[in-house]
Amino acid sequence: MTSDRLTVLLIGYGNPGRLDDGLGPAVAEAIESLKLPGVTVEANYQLNVEDAEQLAGYDMVIFADASVNALEPFSFYRIKPKAEVSFTTHSIEPESVLGLAHDLFEAKTTGYILAIRGYAFNEFGQQLSARAKENLNAAVNFFKDAAGNGNFFDFNK
Amino acid sequence: MSDTNLKRVIIEPVTRVEGHGKVSILLDEQNQVKQARLHIVEFRGFERFIQGRPYWEVPVLVQRLCGICPVSHHLAAAKAMDLIVGADQLTPTAEKIRRLMHYGQMFQSHALHFFHLCSPDLLFGFDADPAIRNVIGVAAKFPDLAVQGVMMRKYGQEIIKATAGKKIHGTGAIPGGVNKNLSIEERDALLKDIDQMVEWSRGAVKIAKDYTMDNIEDVKPFGSFDSSHLSLIREDGAMDLYHGNLRAIDKDGNKIFDQVDYQKYTDYLAEEVRDWSYMKFPFIKSIGPENGWYRVGPLSRVNTCDFIDTPEAEAERKEFMALTDDKPNNITLAYHWTRMIEVLHSIEKIKELLNDSDLQGTDLVVTGERREEAVGLIEAPRGTLFHHYKVNKNDQVEMANLIVSTTNNNEPMNRAVQKVAQDHLSGVEITEGLLNRIEVAIRAYDPCLSCATHALGKMPLSVSLYDHDGNVIDKKFKQ
Repeated sequence: MTSDRLTVLLIGYGNPGRLDDGLGPAVAEAIESLKLPGVTVEANYQLNVEDAEQLAGYDMVIFADASVNALEPFSFYRIKPKAEVSFTTHSIEPESVLGLAHDLFEAKTTGYILAIRGYAFNEFGQQLSARAKENLNAAVNFFKDAAGNGNFFDFNK
Repeated sequence: MSDTNLKRVIIEPVTRVEGHGKVSILLDEQNQVKQARLHIVEFRGFERFIQGRPYWEVPVLVQRLCGICPVSHHLAAAKAMDLIVGADQLTPTAEKIRRLMHYGQMFQSHALHFFHLCSPDLLFGFDADPAIRNVIGVAAKFPDLAVQGVMMRKYGQEIIKATAGKKIHGTGAIPGGVNKNLSIEERDALLKDIDQMVEWSRGAVKIAKDYTMDNIEDVKPFGSFDSSHLSLIREDGAMDLYHGNLRAIDKDGNKIFDQVDYQKYTDYLAEEVRDWSYMKFPFIKSIGPENGWYRVGPLSRVNTCDFIDTPEAEAERKEFMALTDDKPNNITLAYHWTRMIEVLHSIEKIKELLNDSDLQGTDLVVTGERREEAVGLIEAPRGTLFHHYKVNKNDQVEMANLIVSTTNNNEPMNRAVQKVAQDHLSGVEITEGLLNRIEVAIRAYDPCLSCATHALGKMPLSVSLYDHDGNVIDKKFKQ
């Protein structure tokens, strides 16, 4: 599989006003600046149902988010679509967005999570912690390399 | 390389810092419900976060409060900052661009709630298997409805993007006006789908109305109680979701106060702290903390207004009010019907605005005599949202006080939970039926727990049952 045959949507999400919770939008910003062929980048506070319609147009979707307990510096793994009911309109899980895309929009898209380890979440603030920045850089480099050779599936962290 | 070579890592939660909606039910010695409370775990500190910031940053910063209604916070803060810069009257272009943004927000938020959270309850029933009673279940059995929900949400988001600039860190509203108008291309792109959106909105009202009327005997008492209602109101008594004065009515429709300038809200409203909850309890001062609580949101707005100034929504309002002989409707589940009346009103307003050439105007910002204190109010999807700021001579925010919609509904949500627990607790265990009904009662208010609590993320509901000695005898979770 080569990058010019694979269309990839990266959705980086989180709250940039909540310290390391901003890792998702930060990785989106960094990857967008690379202008990688075949890669479309979106950033938002949270995932929601309309993401299902958009991702249906891609071969692959990567949900990039901060994690409180991912392996350092990040984890990258495949997810499967699932049914889920949410208690409020706060957010929807990546697996559920993928499930909606498959069920409503006949998507064949494969889904992955890029979970970047963060450390500081419980205050308001717009800066990433030093360790989160290091993890962000590692995640961006991984993505750049994987997109360059079109082989996201080789990553086994 | 096959996927099986990937190492499986269990990571939870992958996303946000977690908060909780927690319900506790206390039984008496006869195992009857003595007390039921909704506790929300709060994350404090947002007001402190913006202290010292220059006032012009605030409309952008406050969007960080909540990923679900950033537009409401953006506009409430901008309205306060308009007054700080002395902009008492915006240009027609600025006001209409903001209104378009706001109606877009209302439309997408209500559609999301109805189609993807509420409709499974209505379409499958409260006692249906949770494995089916969810949006995926709707997608399987009613795929057209599920697609409508997604596309209506997307349409509202496109309006927000066109008026605020982008999904995250929107900057459309600035102190004294807006920083962009709506181009002809943006307008035409939105007009392309407008008639479809109107049609789907009519259908959504019908679903909510038919459900209510077909099940009226069950719906009427469900989590219901008499209450006062509060909302913004236009000077002529029309519903106005963007701007107006405050009106409060009692359970019979008598006005407690009317056409109150919200700059003086502290003369009329106060907040009580209770030792068992992090979330404050607002109340009407003239009535006092015990009985002065009120409801906000779609049900309250339809109850308080004299009319709606768009024809189709007004016809629906009249039909809705006829159910209670034009007296306030205090049926908790009627929030859903009124939410859909507001969807129809919002899309009618959006169509009206998109056909208004003022949106392409170029006079975007005004200023006037600088002030040091101001209040911005807006009717957010979930209810009245208050932003109150003091700004010093160095342009720094010195004080911020926010009363968010869900905080206004704090006491009503507690009462709804208590009513449901009293009506549906059987024996000394939390049955699936009880858990479902507590969830449905809270969901009627569409609580935005993250901004109410200043925490982010998935909000599981936990329900604990205590005996009269305070021992936990059962506990269940709802993801």
